[in-house]
Amino acid sequence: MSTVDYTQELSVIEGKPPLRELDDLISKPIDAKPTRKFFIALTISGSMLSLLVIGLGLTFYYGIGMWGNNIPVGWAFDITNFVFWVGIGHAGTLISAILFLLRQKWRTGIARFAEGMTIFAVMTAGLFPLIHVGRPWLAAYLFPYPNQHSIWVNFDSPLLWDVFAVSTYFIVSLIFWYVGLIPDFATLRERTNNKIKKITYSIFGLGWRFSNKHWQHYEMVYLILAGFATPLVLSVHTIVSFDFAVSIIPGWHATIFPPYFVAGAVFSGFAMVQNVLIIVRKIFNYEHIITLDTLEKMNKIMLLTGSMVGYAYAMEFFIAWYSGLPIERFTFINRAFGSYAWAYWVMISCNVISPQLFWSKKIRRTIPVMFVIAIFVNIGMWFERFVIIVSSLSRDFLPSSWHLFTPTYVDFMILIGSFGFFFTWLLLFTKALPVVSMAEVKATVTGSQPSHKDH
Amino acid sequence: MMSGKILYSYTGIFDTPDQIIHAAEKVVETGYTKYDVNTPYPLHRMDKAMKLKPSKLGYVALVFGLSGTLATLLTIWWMSAIDYPIVIGGKPLFSFPAYVPIIFEVTVLSAAIMTVVSMLFFFFKLPNNSHPLHGTEYMKKVSADKYGISIQADDPKFNEAVVKKFLESVHASEIIPIYWDEEEISHKNKILEPKFIIFLIVVAVITSGVTYFSFNKLMYMVPFDWMMNQPKLSAQQQSPIFADGFGMRQPVAGTISRGSMVYQFKGQPDLAGVKLVNPIPISKESLALGQVKFDIYCSPCHGYNADGVSRLRGQFPNPPSLHSDKVRNWSDGRIFAVVTEGQNTMPSYASQLSFDERWAVINYLRALQRALNAKESDVQ
Repeated sequence: MSTVDYTQELSVIEGKPPLRELDDLISKPIDAKPTRKFFIALTISGSMLSLLVIGLGLTFYYGIGMWGNNIPVGWAFDITNFVFWVGIGHAGTLISAILFLLRQKWRTGIARFAEGMTIFAVMTAGLFPLIHVGRPWLAAYLFPYPNQHSIWVNFDSPLLWDVFAVSTYFIVSLIFWYVGLIPDFATLRERTNNKIKKITYSIFGLGWRFSNKHWQHYEMVYLILAGFATPLVLSVHTIVSFDFAVSIIPGWHATIFPPYFVAGAVFSGFAMVQNVLIIVRKIFNYEHIITLDTLEKMNKIMLLTGSMVGYAYAMEFFIAWYSGLPIERFTFINRAFGSYAWAYWVMISCNVISPQLFWSKKIRRTIPVMFVIAIFVNIGMWFERFVIIVSSLSRDFLPSSWHLFTPTYVDFMILIGSFGFFFTWLLLFTKALPVVSMAEVKATVTGSQPSHKDH
Repeated sequence: MMSGKILYSYTGIFDTPDQIIHAAEKVVETGYTKYDVNTPYPLHRMDKAMKLKPSKLGYVALVFGLSGTLATLLTIWWMSAIDYPIVIGGKPLFSFPAYVPIIFEVTVLSAAIMTVVSMLFFFFKLPNNSHPLHGTEYMKKVSADKYGISIQADDPKFNEAVVKKFLESVHASEIIPIYWDEEEISHKNKILEPKFIIFLIVVAVITSGVTYFSFNKLMYMVPFDWMMNQPKLSAQQQSPIFADGFGMRQPVAGTISRGSMVYQFKGQPDLAGVKLVNPIPISKESLALGQVKFDIYCSPCHGYNADGVSRLRGQFPNPPSLHSDKVRNWSDGRIFAVVTEGQNTMPSYASQLSFDERWAVINYLRALQRALNAKESDVQ
């Protein structure tokens, strides 16, 4: 694989496996009894999840005072986690929609999994605004509905835009995912002999018949959905960034935020997808479906988006100086050398310096190294949101109201628990559904399409 | 497969994508119209081979997307500029740029949902698990790694022997007839079966029970207490903090509320009658205010006309008429003293009526007295 012939289209799937073998391999985790490894993993993620449950229980019973939030730092771990998880979701849509529109066939092996991660990440993210409002059982108030007070929600507020953006994003991702799953449900339905599984797959497969009269519309709809999901995914993190940029807090009120946030989201999302895929391909023996080439391409995207994020950090500093506003200048100097300087430098070293190692082809293709770098990227991106939110809020216009934020144990329980929530869903997903799209992968195997001899 | 069943179609299985494309082209050439090609994944160039018209789902997305755009725009405009106009941040009531994000999101949402719904439920008529092709060997193969053509028996050109021969001529590796499933043809809806009815009842009971519990019980348990439980004192509550045990506190001694003055003639009504002067001139406003206050506070005993004919007559020592010579000859200040301090069974109205209101009541009372004892000159 050291020299690649670029004149020929690369095969996505290594080798030329018989199609039935692909089906067997992909549906193996679903058909086989869960292994010991699976249960160990589930125990770990389940324990983390129970931390979330306890943390939320404490929060709801005693109130949000259990968190370290204060005035002026009213947004702290909760919103940091929210932005972090929404960002994680963006890689999935990028892979499934944008790369689909760009005809990047290498996406087929990882698209289903990445879309699943999108859905679980958005679910995890969705937890945080709900618990942040303090009374999540009244969350319906967020939507404009006819009510006794005959008052409506504030359509001028970025927080409301966020409600619409995140819920639309979740629903559209779910639809996109389900549409992709229908043919696979049908394949599974035909494969299984278990009665309960057959009924379940029949219900979810809707009686798909693999008819080419259907495939034609299906491909059209897939294209339309990809066309919609592309601007949607860009809009979601743009609107998340509006939560900050539309306010007047120094360090937030910046026009660079939308592209900067979108790049950061893709950056952290790819890091997370890469981390998880490396484990998945190892456990389920998908090395020739999720190939090293695919991972290398993902690393290249991380290098690109990581550099964009680094540029944005520099540009923020430049604009703070160029604006001539004393408070803006102070905010950025405070970020780098103030109370939260340690967080800032963790962010810089993880997000800007570590992905630069991907310039080396050797590192791009060495799995342990790229795994570690991706973990660094995720840590760095979490700190990026922390730095933006907490360092800006704790030092705003009025020195008399300055206050530092110190997280409590409940904050940490919820942070760790959110990973438990995400990974528990992910683990259940790997056992319940095909983690690679069978129909799409089969369509990209060499020799699976008619030859071009007639035309 | 037993004969005697009703034939649905003849199917041929093919091993390579090239063969199926060739076969599909031949089917179209031969003129069959009711046929289908089933492949485990979409094949390139199959649309051309089958001469399918381009999908119209793009128009569905366009129509529903634009409807979403328009509906959202109108809804937001109505909500924020018509139904409940609030000025936010000094922006116009209808501030379009702020609505763009939500309009965009709803556009995408409605287009995505409706395109998929119309594809699955209207274009494909799914869910359909009772199609004759289901549960056959043919479906098992084309769902995995084979390619198949199914030529239906209700095609006008259909002839069993010819179709069989045709499928052989295009090199089908296997030819399978598909029959209608007896059970599915004679299938009747089992809505009235006891099992199904019991199922419905159980679902109804559980749903209503859970709904009742969550809305009427759960929502009033801790922590869902609608902020009823607050660490503050309401009126009339006890407080251990203060020596007298009252949660409500008295104002600091000597506090005078805005607009009021200290009454200096306590226990000296006659002196008040001499010293106090009515500061409120008789005017339309003052009489109107006096009437309102008189009707509220004085009329229950003294009657609307101040003649002592009232709804409380007979239940108390009868209240006196205010048209007596005594009262008519009292100065305003003397009446003021009675209203302020009370007299006999009459309590003080100092806490109900402010100084100005008391004077207004007195002005009104003077008007009533004058009405019953008009002078000659008033008639002219």
